[in-house]
Amino acid sequence: MAKVIVVTSGKGGVGKTTTAAAVATGLAMRGHKTVVIDFDVGLRNLDLVMGCERRVVFDFINVINGDANLQQALIRDKRIDKLYIFPTSQTRDKEALKREGVDRVMNELRKDFEYVVCDSPAGIEHGAMTALYHADSAIIVTNPEVSSVRDSDRIIGMLASKSRRAEKREKPVEEHLLLTRYAPGRVKKGEMLSVDDVKEILSVPLLGIIPESETVLKASNTGVPVILDPESPAGRAYDDAVARFAGEQREMRFVLPERRSFLRGWFGRAAS
Amino acid sequence: MAVTAAATATRLQGGIFTLMVVKVADPYDPILERELGEQVAMSPTFFAQAPVVLDLKDSLSCTAAADFTALKEMLARHQLVVVGVQNASALQLRAAQAAALPALKSANGNARRPTPERVAPPRPRLVMQPVRSGTQIYAKGTDLIVVAPVSAGAEVIADGHIHVYGPLRGRAIAGAAGDQSARIFTQRLEAELVSIAGRYLVSDAIAPELMQQPAQVALIDDHLTILPGWSSSPGAS
Repeated sequence: MAKVIVVTSGKGGVGKTTTAAAVATGLAMRGHKTVVIDFDVGLRNLDLVMGCERRVVFDFINVINGDANLQQALIRDKRIDKLYIFPTSQTRDKEALKREGVDRVMNELRKDFEYVVCDSPAGIEHGAMTALYHADSAIIVTNPEVSSVRDSDRIIGMLASKSRRAEKREKPVEEHLLLTRYAPGRVKKGEMLSVDDVKEILSVPLLGIIPESETVLKASNTGVPVILDPESPAGRAYDDAVARFAGEQREMRFVLPERRSFLRGWFGRAAS
Repeated sequence: MAVTAAATATRLQGGIFTLMVVKVADPYDPILERELGEQVAMSPTFFAQAPVVLDLKDSLSCTAAADFTALKEMLARHQLVVVGVQNASALQLRAAQAAALPALKSANGNARRPTPERVAPPRPRLVMQPVRSGTQIYAKGTDLIVVAPVSAGAEVIADGHIHVYGPLRGRAIAGAAGDQSARIFTQRLEAELVSIAGRYLVSDAIAPELMQQPAQVALIDDHLTILPGWSSSPGAS
């Protein structure tokens, strides 16, 4: 039975697309046939982050409108077997996400894939509601910052009231908290909320902590999901998060400031 | 025979009236009509257009609307107006209602199916899930119990008391319908706003030493007061 995962946050710019790309890639690397869908109609970004923007012919909206079939629109990843990207339209807007069309596409994808990862747009309007509607499981991406935490809280409320599972009174959507852009040094200085603060406010189980890292920007600019970069702390943290999602036990890393950073900085300076 | 109606609004009020009861066994019994005629003839002014209730305690018939229509006509011939039935079985009641006759409950306790004297008070509304930002919960006509956190940006409202067994970070509005004795209790006061019967305090106006700890909020001498902990309050009844 396929599992539909929504990557959502309420607030924009917290790392939803980076997370959707990393999680989908990580699941496919573990041998699960996975598709990642871009629900951010009009602000097509997922294909850039996945590095397949030059291969987009048909998109999600074409399939919803019946102008193309799924096979024509799905883009097979060149690096990871079993990973597919389902891009969205850059020219249309969220209203193009018609209920019946999306239902039909999701049902088809459920038949073909083990995991369907939905990259939600920001906000709490139609686009975000459509992205979370079919979810069995949700990854709530939050930055350690009060406005992001509050928006996440709002979205968690929506998952509990507006999702298909809520409407049909089925088992509630499984919730996972992913704390991104975490900078332990700044937490220590009191400039950022700590892991415990965020957990306390949201009371949702923690899936992982992704440290703030320059490698994330580089990865998204070059179209390589950061999870494929073994040198990147963020990439390793995403790998841990996917492993936990798959049921493995892994200790939380990147909670405390890195001890070696001082020495590394010192040597780095000395070398330059 | 007393008839009561529960008061539900200011325009709809209860009243107690004395009505005559006609015991009916067989609606087509000629003896019934003859006896009635004799009684009415003795004091015609007293009975003129008097409202009467049909008591069906001893009746096994009267199961069709037509039976009640016949009874109404028969009583009308003697200047009596049928206003309802009592002690009707389910079948009789359905027929009576079809003939536009309501069931009246006897106040002197000889009803066939006694109804409970006391109506249970409305049960408090119980919420077990965190109340998330942007959600509003209203416990209409009763208390609200939340066994989870209330997030910032969420609103919990009750006509009665509000109990939050967890941190209260959003807004809490107790006594929303005007009950000044309503209170708010929380294990950890971090509220954005608390209000009782229209009086409110925003978090800015709450002394910081009262925040982040157990507290209750009460309206005392018309002042919205925050009492630390669960202690019973000065001035409380």
